[in-house]
Amino acid sequence: MLEVRGLNSWYGESHILHGVDFDVKEGEVVTLLGRNGAGKTTTMKSIMGLVPRREGSVTFKGAETIDLRSDLIARAGIALCPEERGIFASLSVTENLMLPPVIAPGGLDLATIYALFPNLKDRAGSQGTKLSGGEQQMLAIARILRTGAKLLLLDEPTEGLAPVIVQQIGRTIREIKKRGFTVLLVEQNFRFAATVADRHFVMEHGRVIDMIPNHDLAANMDKLHTYLGV
Amino acid sequence: MFMILGYPAPLMFGQLLLGLINGAFYALLSLGLAVIFGMLNIVNFAHGALFMLGAFVAWGLLNFLGINYWAALILAPLVVGAFGVVLEKAFISRLYKLDHLYGLLLTFGLALVIEGLARNEFGSSGVPYPIPSILQGAANLGFMFMPIYRGWVVLASAIMCLITWLVIEKTSIGATLRAATENAPLVQAFGINVPRMITLTYAGGVALAAFAGVLAAPIYSVNPNMGANFIITVFAVVVIGGMGSILGSIVTGFGLGVIEGLTKVFYPQGSSVVIFVVMVIVLLVRPAGLFGKGA
Ligand SMILES: Nc1ncnc2c1ncn2[C@@H]1O[C@H](COP(=O)(O)OP(=O)(O)OP(=O)(O)O)[C@@H](O)[C@H]1O
Ligand SMILES: [Mg+2]
Repeated sequence: MLEVRGLNSWYGESHILHGVDFDVKEGEVVTLLGRNGAGKTTTMKSIMGLVPRREGSVTFKGAETIDLRSDLIARAGIALCPEERGIFASLSVTENLMLPPVIAPGGLDLATIYALFPNLKDRAGSQGTKLSGGEQQMLAIARILRTGAKLLLLDEPTEGLAPVIVQQIGRTIREIKKRGFTVLLVEQNFRFAATVADRHFVMEHGRVIDMIPNHDLAANMDKLHTYLGV
Repeated sequence: MFMILGYPAPLMFGQLLLGLINGAFYALLSLGLAVIFGMLNIVNFAHGALFMLGAFVAWGLLNFLGINYWAALILAPLVVGAFGVVLEKAFISRLYKLDHLYGLLLTFGLALVIEGLARNEFGSSGVPYPIPSILQGAANLGFMFMPIYRGWVVLASAIMCLITWLVIEKTSIGATLRAATENAPLVQAFGINVPRMITLTYAGGVALAAFAGVLAAPIYSVNPNMGANFIITVFAVVVIGGMGSILGSIVTGFGLGVIEGLTKVFYPQGSSVVIFVVMVIVLLVRPAGLFGKGA
């Protein structure tokens, strides 16, 4: 569904990605693991067209997107839940939720979203940024489930959240996988990643240096500890 | 004669009305500036010139095409809005990556060009525009006689401000606009054509200026300086209200008009500077403006 080949990205003069290669198949949950600064967020932003300069190839459903503007990439069916969550302070919870336009049929309807995230219904009229960190993360995920985008890019959705909310997000990811969505997930916490993912790509210094299928994870623990420095 | 605080009541009400009328123009003009500043991050110095252009378009529609005031109230903003699309696409959009100062200089230059062309064509004294017949005459309010057209200007401005506020605060288009003001790249990454939205926002802001221009046409003679006369005060209003604040520009616009009018009663010598005195005080106490968020 998504093929990334020789992806290079720059912020101004800084060359951040040095030929990233990986792919995501339809219906998979795939993670990008790696230390701080490895280039995981930059990879997500590059797929979404949110970096100032990128080269190489990113094909989605067979179509090249490397030269597309980010709104056209979104309309092709990719949606991003950014690392900093991107909840809008001047919008209510409901306005935040309804902001991304529906780009294709097949997104979750509001009833399903509220069933997954009951808090969002209770706080519908609140200012978006008045929600707790966990609620904001739910809102940031819920918002892209509505649109009908089939490939979801989730950048560290569990970062800094309490275990019970991490579990809820884990359930949500398994639920949307069941519904046929494809997920590319950035995670620092590979124990969490192991509960939701099919395959793991390991990034270092702006490259993908290894791929570990989830069922081989236990056998590769030592290697993974070395990669992640934990 | 009935007196208020030792001043004759008719004088007081008369100045209050004049203040409200000026306030009506301050509100409409600063509202357009606020909308544009919020989205484009430029101070549109061409705003006064586009206000003037709105009045001239109304005059042209009447004199060349026989199109009356009421139609001009809709058509002139559309024409000037379309001109705004051209300005944004041809010039202003090239400056977003540069310092704000370039946008200011460019729009200031555009204002000089537009006003210069108008002066060249019509001279400085301008051309008359008649008050539409059903708005002629004055109404006896009991405590004063109010020229009907002036009452209409205040009402029309208030309605237009209210509509603009409702669109921005209560509709999904407005929510998208507010979101793009906060974080345009993310809004674009959700699939919204932000560059087109920016163009249309500029067009909408200058259409408000043109609407004000049509309202102004029967009051002031339609002349090339009418925008320049207003615009300096309007910038002070924008600073006092808080750059980019929608509600702030509406409330501050009307409020300062009234303050200016009342100053004409109590201390006539001070009326031309009172707004700037308020601006200095507000900047000292609340540098972000009365309704501005943060610094
Ligand atoms: N806007 C930017 N301008 C310049 N350099 C940047 C920018 N954003 C990130 N970088 C640099 O790019 C490199 C990769 O950053 P990135 O955010 O992609 O890492 P990451 O793998 O997501 O890290 P983390 O796990 O901390 O989120 C880092 O060295 C970072 O300093
Ligand atoms: Mg990151």
